[in-house]
Formats: sequence, structure tokens, C-alpha cells
Amino acid sequence: MVTANRTWDGVVIYRTAQQGWSANLSDAAIVRTSDEARTLLGEATADDVGAIGPYIAPVELKDGGEIKPGNLREHIRSEGLTIDLLPVPA
Amino acid sequence: MYAYDELDRTLINERVSEFRDQVKRRLSGELTEDEFKMLRLQNGVYLQLHAYMFRVAIPYGTLSSKQLRALARVGRRYDRGYGHFTTRQNIQFNWIKLAELPDALADLAEVGIHAMQTSGNNMRNVTSDQWAGVAPGEVEDPRIWSEILRQHTTLHPEFSFLPRKFKIAITASEHDRAAIKVHDIGLRLYKNAEGETGFEVLVGGGLGRTPFIGKTIKPFVHGRDILSYVEAILRVYNQYGRRDNIYKARIKILVHELGIEKFAREVDEEWKQMGDVGLTLDHSVIEEVRSRFSYPAYEKLPHMPDELKQAAHDPLFERWRRNSVFPHKVQGYSIVTLSLKPVGAPPGDATSDQMDAVADLADRYSFGEIRVGHEQNLCLPHVAKRDLPQLWKALDRIGLATPNVNLVTDIIACPGLDYCSLANARSIPIAQELTRRFANHDTAELIGRLHINISGCINACGHHHVGHIGILGVEKNGEEFYQITIGGRADEGAQMGTLIGPAIPYAEVADVIEDIVEAYLALRDRPEELFVDAVKRLGVEPFKERVYATR
Ligand code: HEM
Ligand code: SF4
Repeated sequence: MVTANRTWDGVVIYRTAQQGWSANLSDAAIVRTSDEARTLLGEATADDVGAIGPYIAPVELKDGGEIKPGNLREHIRSEGLTIDLLPVPA
Repeated sequence: MYAYDELDRTLINERVSEFRDQVKRRLSGELTEDEFKMLRLQNGVYLQLHAYMFRVAIPYGTLSSKQLRALARVGRRYDRGYGHFTTRQNIQFNWIKLAELPDALADLAEVGIHAMQTSGNNMRNVTSDQWAGVAPGEVEDPRIWSEILRQHTTLHPEFSFLPRKFKIAITASEHDRAAIKVHDIGLRLYKNAEGETGFEVLVGGGLGRTPFIGKTIKPFVHGRDILSYVEAILRVYNQYGRRDNIYKARIKILVHELGIEKFAREVDEEWKQMGDVGLTLDHSVIEEVRSRFSYPAYEKLPHMPDELKQAAHDPLFERWRRNSVFPHKVQGYSIVTLSLKPVGAPPGDATSDQMDAVADLADRYSFGEIRVGHEQNLCLPHVAKRDLPQLWKALDRIGLATPNVNLVTDIIACPGLDYCSLANARSIPIAQELTRRFANHDTAELIGRLHINISGCINACGHHHVGHIGILGVEKNGEEFYQITIGGRADEGAQMGTLIGPAIPYAEVADVIEDIVEAYLALRDRPEELFVDAVKRLGVEPFKERVYATR
């Protein structure tokens, strides 16, 4: 998939197969070859107004077609912080 | 407290409207990201993993209660209700929308706060001792000099396009709380044998990929000459600094490549040739800046008020006092550190509610003034000793009375992979787990002073090199691993820690740190021997053996 941050608010977004963006990983266009990835990245990069810093990132496809982030960094971008923000009572 | 003049205010307001216009043009597509990036960085706006990050300067770590409330408001209105205090007397907001940033900047401008020079290849926020102006035995208030340097270098064309970012720190005490030896220029204010006030000048310190301890290039520069001398250093740097290679562009690399003697000669030569370029500071200029710093009208108070004697019977109060209350230059007053390191929480974070509450407490107990130190804690600089018991109760209610200042759970940590797009590994959950392991304050006190510093990558925002124990996140085959160093320190005896061995996986880090601490407790020759001193005496071997023998 190709991911970036949305320009006006910085939110994590994914390039869709409909040549748009979505904040849901489940909407992301999944590509399997490097040529397809390059094309998708090219389209994404052309939208300089909508998105910042698009890049190609790995995903994991679960049985049943569910899309999961392919590494820890993407997991954190997609699911949010791995930490509790407030102190945990000891 | 410092009173900004009209010029500063106009400048700040102009910058806000300029940025508002730039954001508008970016959002309409008139400016590309390439064109906009430098403009946003000049206003402290980075892009992180989930959102934009907004870094705001707190010059020399001094805040009024009004300013702290404004920061609280920004956190509440534009962010998720909290902010992160960093190791360079800045605060970061992690979730700000670009479209709303100009409003946030405008709100802050109302109280004289800005984000200029918090990023980019320019002169950064000039940092100072968080106890400036109140520490006993200080030569004079180092913030006067921070301010003189700040005024001279803010938006100065010659210093806005340096080969790389540039950081200066100033201290005026024997004990260095400003980490001057790990800054591009470190200045130590003192009085020479003739009784004149001037600076020992150090250059070339820094952490990051290639860490160096700063070296003295001039043992004494008279106060009135400090601007011209710093200018001479910057000119030499501007002339020779490597602009071709970002990893070699910091002044520390230049100093290292030329050698300190040659570098010092070049600076002296430049300084001589510059002659009088109008940078010699008149007595009246210094006095003008000095007069803008106001000090409270302290009362004449007893050294040991009854309130304190009574409270001393409460062991919980006593523990907090031992740990968080420090001597003040004025009798009857104390400096109080507020720990932003509660057990289980991200180091250095404060909620907007906490910031508001601290502002109220500052009004009531500290003449409306708050300080921010490089250890990511806050401080109330002028608390009457008779008020300590009341203050303690109030702090405890808002979760800011953890009695762990300078102890094993007073951890410095960068945002790491939970926020930062440059990270290899997470920092905050490691810190959180360690605070849980050492949550027992009796044990922590038994262990004594021990600084753990954590960075999520080699950029070293968490100062891992100079932690008594340093933890650095690295990546191995897509997994989080951590290198452990021991024996580093950031004070006047600054030194880089030594690597103890191969990197350790995420899940084992807390165990390893516990092993190291246990080894220290068994090996120290008396309870007063600090961890760093034990490492110095014994070397890393015994610790290494303890960690790796069973792994
Ligand atoms: C999350 C956003 C951040 C980013 C993208 C970032 C980026 C960087 C980079 C690239 C460097 C290395 C530059 C160099 O030395 O050449 C650096 C250094 C540094 N950062 Fe950050 N940083 C971030 C947050 C922080 C925070 C939260 C702190 C404080 C807790 C911090 C404190 C520092 C310090 C003290 C250094 C200097 C190391 C030195 O002396 O060379 N940074 N940062
Ligand atoms: S040390 Fe690395 S991971 Fe931590 S904040 Fe700095 S750049 Fe990010």
C-alpha cells in the first residue's frame, strides 16, 4: 500500500484504488508487484495538495482478506500509541 | 521574570500573520510541500508519525503563570489536552492540525511566546540553568546573557542559514545543570582572579550520531566581549563548516577535524581581524537587559519555620522534601522541583489541567513563576519554606509530587517510535516499565542518584550517551533492540557512557536494567557511592558479566 499524512491536519491516510485517500487502512489499495507500487506511489505523489510524504509500506493480509499493518511503525501509525498516556495507579 | 519590549512583540505578531498567509497558500496548493517545508520548520512545525508536531520555545526555561495557562489552552483547544516538555527547554504538542496552527501561534503570541528557531539550521533556543537567579552561590543570573545572545542571534541573517543547527547553553554555577559540555557552545560564567565577570568558552560538544564532549577554547572572555567572541566562532564555523554532508555539518565535527588548538587559533585570528564591529557590550546595554529581569519582593523569613518543623513528623512529606526541595539563595525560601515522572506515565508529559493547576500554585506560592529544566521536570523557583507542606498536598492532588527527583525513575526519554518518524524503536514504554519496576520509593532512595536516559534512535534526543545508564533503540531485522551504556554523565564532569555489550530485545530491557542496578547495590563500597562513581571505579566488566553471563 501507499501511505502519507493528510496536509491540513496531518492524519495518517492510505491511497485507495479509486485514486483518493482514506483514513482507514481497510480502504487501502493493495499492490503486489514493484511496478504496481511505483504507479500507485506516482499517483499519490502527484497529489501534493492533499497529502505529504507518500511512501510505500508493507501490509499483512490475513485469512479472510483483512488488511493489517506490515511492521511496528505502520502498526503504530494505524492503531495509535502503544502507551497509556495517564499514569497507571501503582 | 522577563519583560519583552515592543520590538519583540511586533516581531512575534508579524511572524504569526506571515505564517497564517503561508499556511493558507499551502492549503490552497499555491505552495508545494517542498516550498513550504522550510517555512513550517522555521515556525517549529515538524511532521511526525500521526500528525504535525509543534515545538514552542521557553527561553532559558522561564515561564509566567499566564504563559503556562496559554500553553495549557493550546493543549486543550488544538491538541489532545497535554504537552511534552523536552530536554531543551521547549514544549511539544503532538496532534496539532496545520489548518489551526496559525491560531495556536496567535494565542501564544498574546503572552509573548513563539516557536522561532526551534528547528532548522539556525541558532536554537539559548538554554540555561533552570535555577538561574535563585541558586545559592551563583555568580550572577545567567539568563541576562542568554537574553543578550538571543536578541543578537534571533533572525540574524548570518545565523539563519548556518551549515547546521546551533545550540548554546549557559550556566553560572559550579554545578552544571544546563549540560553545557554537550552543546555546540557552552558558556560558564565566573569571576576571575581580578574579580571581573566573564566566561569560560567551550565548543564542539554534542550528542547524536557522533558524540563529543565540548572542549575549552578560551579560559576567560570578558562579559562585554562575549557577543563578538561568539560571532568569531560562528564566522569560522560558517566559513569551514561542511555543508556538503549533513552528518558532518555540526561544529563538533569541524572542531574534531581541525583539532581544538587550531580551531582556537582560527577563532582568535578572526576575532582580532573583526576589530570593533560594534559588538562590544556597553555597560548600559547589559544593565538594560538586567533591568528587564524582575525578582520577587522576598520577605524576611526564618530559616526553619514552625510549619516545616511540624510537617517533618510526616514521613511522606519528609521523603518528598528530601527529594524535591532544594536550597534557595534567599533565607526562608526553597526551590521546588515538580516531578513529571509519575510511575507508569510518559516522562515529561503534562496535561493541560495539570499546567493550569501548576499556574495557580505558582501564583499562590512562587510569585507567579515556573521554570522548565532539561531533565523534563518543572520547578517553582521561589517557595517560602512555611508554604512547603501546603504546596506538597496540593501537588500530590494533581499527581506532581512523586518523590523521585534524580532517582532511578526520574527518566529522560524522547518520544521514540510512538510518535517520531525517525525512530528505530520505542522509548516511552521502556521508561514506563522501568518506573513500574522501581515503583517502590524506598528502594529507589536506597539506590540513590541514578539517571536513566532513553533515545529511540541515534539522534539522541533523549541524551542516552550521557545517562548514568543510557538506552538506545536500534533495529535488528525489523525488531526493536536496545544498546545499553553505563557511566555517562551530563554535568561538569560530562562523559559518554560505555557500551556494555550486544543489543538486547525489547522484552528484556527492564530485566537487564534491574540486573545492572542489583550488581551495583552488591558492588558499591558504601551506600554513598553513586552508581556512576561505582562504574568509574570498577569499569564496565562486572556489570557486563552480570548481564550477559546468564543470557
Ligand atoms: C519527535 C520529533 C523530533 C524529531 C523529528 C527530532 C529530530 C532530531 C534530529 C534529527 C536530531 C539530530 C540532529 C543532529 O544532531 O544533527 C535531534 C537532536 C536532538 N533532539 Fe530531537 N527530535 C524530536 C524530538 C525531540 C524531543 C522531544 C527532544 C527532547 C526530549 C529532543 C531533543 C533533542 C536534542 C537535545 C538533540 C541534540 C542532540 C545533540 O546534542 O546533538 N528532540 N532531534
Ligand atoms: S532520538 Fe530519534 S527517535 Fe527519539 S525523538 Fe529524536 S529523532 Fe526521534
